[in-house]
Amino acid sequence: MLKINNITMRFGGVVAVNAFTAEVKKDEIVGLIGPNGAGKTTVFNMVTGVYKPTEGNIVFSPSEENSHSLSTLSPDEIAKIGICRTFQNIRLFKHLSVMDNVFIGNHLRLKSGLLSSVFRLPNYTKEEKEMYDKSKYLLEKLDLYEEKDEKAFSLPYGKQRRLEIARALATEPKLLLLDEPAAGMNPQETQELMEFIRKIKEEFNLTIFLIEHHMEVVMGVCDRIYVLDHGAHIADGSPNEIQNNPKVIEAYLGVD
Amino acid sequence: MEKKKLTKYIVSMILAIIAIVIANIVLDNYKVRILNLCFIYIILGLSLNLIYGFTGLFSLGHAGFMAIGAYTVAILTMSQETKQMTYYMKPMVPFLESLNTPFLVAVIAGGLMAALFGFLIGAPVLKLTDDYLAIATLGFSEIIRIIIINMQSITNGALGLKGIPQKTNGTIMKFLNDNFDIGIKPSINLLWAGVASVVTIAFIYLLINSSYGKAFKAIREDEIAARSMGINLFKHKVLSFTIGSFFAGIGGGLLAVSLGTIDPTLFKFSLTWNIILIVVLGGMGNIKGTIVSACLVTIAMEALRFLDEPLKLGFMVTEAMPGLRMVVFSIILMAAVIFKRDDGSLKSALEKVRGRYAKN
Amino acid sequence: MSIQEFLQHLVNGTSLGSLYALLAIGYTLVYGILRLINFAHGEVFMLGAYIAYYGLTLTSLPWFVVFILASIFTGIIGVLLERLAYKPLRNSPKITNLISAIGASFLFQNLAIMLFSGRPKAFPAPDILTGVIIMRGVSINIISLIIPVVTVVLLVILNTVIKKTKTGMAMRALSKDYEAASLMGIDINMVVSFTFFVGSFLAAVGGVMWGIKYPQLLPAMGVMPGLKCFIAAVIGGIGNISGAVLGGFILGLGEIMLIAFLPTLTGYRDAFAFVLLIVILLIKPTGLLGEKTAEKV
Repeated sequence: MLKINNITMRFGGVVAVNAFTAEVKKDEIVGLIGPNGAGKTTVFNMVTGVYKPTEGNIVFSPSEENSHSLSTLSPDEIAKIGICRTFQNIRLFKHLSVMDNVFIGNHLRLKSGLLSSVFRLPNYTKEEKEMYDKSKYLLEKLDLYEEKDEKAFSLPYGKQRRLEIARALATEPKLLLLDEPAAGMNPQETQELMEFIRKIKEEFNLTIFLIEHHMEVVMGVCDRIYVLDHGAHIADGSPNEIQNNPKVIEAYLGVD
Repeated sequence: MEKKKLTKYIVSMILAIIAIVIANIVLDNYKVRILNLCFIYIILGLSLNLIYGFTGLFSLGHAGFMAIGAYTVAILTMSQETKQMTYYMKPMVPFLESLNTPFLVAVIAGGLMAALFGFLIGAPVLKLTDDYLAIATLGFSEIIRIIIINMQSITNGALGLKGIPQKTNGTIMKFLNDNFDIGIKPSINLLWAGVASVVTIAFIYLLINSSYGKAFKAIREDEIAARSMGINLFKHKVLSFTIGSFFAGIGGGLLAVSLGTIDPTLFKFSLTWNIILIVVLGGMGNIKGTIVSACLVTIAMEALRFLDEPLKLGFMVTEAMPGLRMVVFSIILMAAVIFKRDDGSLKSALEKVRGRYAKN
Repeated sequence: MSIQEFLQHLVNGTSLGSLYALLAIGYTLVYGILRLINFAHGEVFMLGAYIAYYGLTLTSLPWFVVFILASIFTGIIGVLLERLAYKPLRNSPKITNLISAIGASFLFQNLAIMLFSGRPKAFPAPDILTGVIIMRGVSINIISLIIPVVTVVLLVILNTVIKKTKTGMAMRALSKDYEAASLMGIDINMVVSFTFFVGSFLAAVGGVMWGIKYPQLLPAMGVMPGLKCFIAAVIGGIGNISGAVLGGFILGLGEIMLIAFLPTLTGYRDAFAFVLLIVILLIKPTGLLGEKTAEKV
């Protein structure tokens, strides 16, 4: 579904990611791990179009018959073809309500024009109702409906993370990128998160690519794992293989 | 939106219009003039609030779009004779000289003209952010003004336009006086600006609560997140900017009519600044606040005129101090931003500390 | 155009460019450290000229003493401006600061109308500075020759201060990385005050020389030069001192040459800077000498 071919990202003289290659297949949960500053988020930024890779290309094929080269697309176009993400340092629409946050996730699928929206013409009101119902469904599924009228910033940390996922799901992604979903969570929350990830994968028919520091999350939910260190790919394989890979152990030694 | 809510809004709109009609008959000429200005400033305040308060685009170019609206309305409504008299330095382009449209058409044309310029200007500059955007829009607004000064055969240059026909309620008053013998003098017809401001309020309200309005707010909150949620930043920014310019043009056109005289110095940066004052005092992204502050600022501007004249402080009389009024206004604006901070320094400092630890 | 005329325009352009450069430095220094457009900088420039005017008309001090005292006094006004209008907002969003700056600009302008009256005042420039010399058919105002010299001297001093003194190094550190520098124990308030003093001092020197060259003072005289010099700073790459000087000269020379070569565009003289600004922002938003910074996601 997602093919990352030999991508390199340079910022001035610094090489953040160096000739990285990876593949995410349909229905998989793939992990991307590595010590701090290994370039993991930079990979996500390239997949979602925030950065253009200096070299290499990324191809996304939501289905057999159509595929897109991501390096020519802007972030919003990438969201439209079915890749959505969450952020390492939560980026919610802070001063908007929980409901609005998810509702806005639907906006990219809106077909009505501006004027029919303002004048509430039937085609818009019909769409708006669908968007509202879908947002309500997502909030219920993610156990956030109670808080629908609260401002996003007033939610506790764990719920903010979940709201970010709800918002991403509203865009109807085929591939979901999670950037450190367990950051700042305690062991119990982390446990719940793992189940939650499996649940949404089934429920929404997703393929998931995630960055994580918590080893138990990565080992617990991922089918395959890629390891980055200093921008370079050092290993990949099943959780078991990775755990016993000497290179990975070396990269992590003294870090975590 | 629920049916009930909609009915409520439609009823309040109708009530507002009835209130305007009554005010028009009851109030004296001076009060009607101020109320008329209030309506115009509501339109202008809301148009800038859409751009800045709701979409987060800090534009300093509002006066430019108002100028376009004002000149369009003036040129379309002035009669051929008035134009011939006004353009004595350099005759007007014959086509424009004979061009004359009904008032309503002129005002809408003024809005559309401003929207067109908003679109043309917005398309390149909305790629910029923050203070770069501010300074580029200010630059465009000055360019518009300089072009108006130089295009004498269209705008009459620095001399400005005089004798823009004002809209009075003479016919209605004559009818009332003839039939009911109540003897009221005709004044400015409040309905034009009044209805325009009610329509603007309704439009902005509906827009802001639609999916597009929510997308605008998302852009204001976090551009990067909005973009990642599939919102085309550029398209939405241009939309917001163009709509804001449209209403700025309408407001400018109505202002021209209510003043009767316009010239390029009217559309200097200080005019934009008055509207920023309204938006800042009323609250970013706050429709009700904007309405209230537009009225307050307009009334205060009038009420504080005495400050520019000799002051009587008990037994002593000070000399006339022109400028004092604007000094007071500048201080009010600065006090408003300095003391009414949304994120107090303590709170944002705390957030910074938290952010630092949360990163690891 | 004869060579004489061209030389005359060249001298005029250079002296105007020097004035712009002096003013642009103030914008760039402040922006470099606080990321703030000091919108009131043009008004500081205006105040400098007015203070010198009153120094000359009300006291019997020699003119050069008046000019130096006026510049120092204006520098202090700059420091006070920062303390009152910007310091309380240091942790607020950028735009809030910009609004406060615009407010300060209007405040100064209207205070000037109130205190100095809105009518123009003739600047009592000392005779020695107002003469004209004629060299091979080129007539040149003495002040037009003095301005670039004063500017260059001030630039050299400024450069030394920034490169060699402790405060200068602190300024550079703050503009490179505000957060890190503030954690390193740099007294930010002192450095910011010093920056405002330097910027306002230079603006006042510019204002005084402007008063001699174009001997008419008005409360609104700072508006256009203020905007143009901010533009100069942006064109050169804001935050970069050499950039501000370069931008100032480009604008000054460009403006004079534009009306010299294309007299039909004289009415559009003030638009030149704005058009240039927009072109630069669209082609190279960081300015000619500015560095690119990537946004962090």
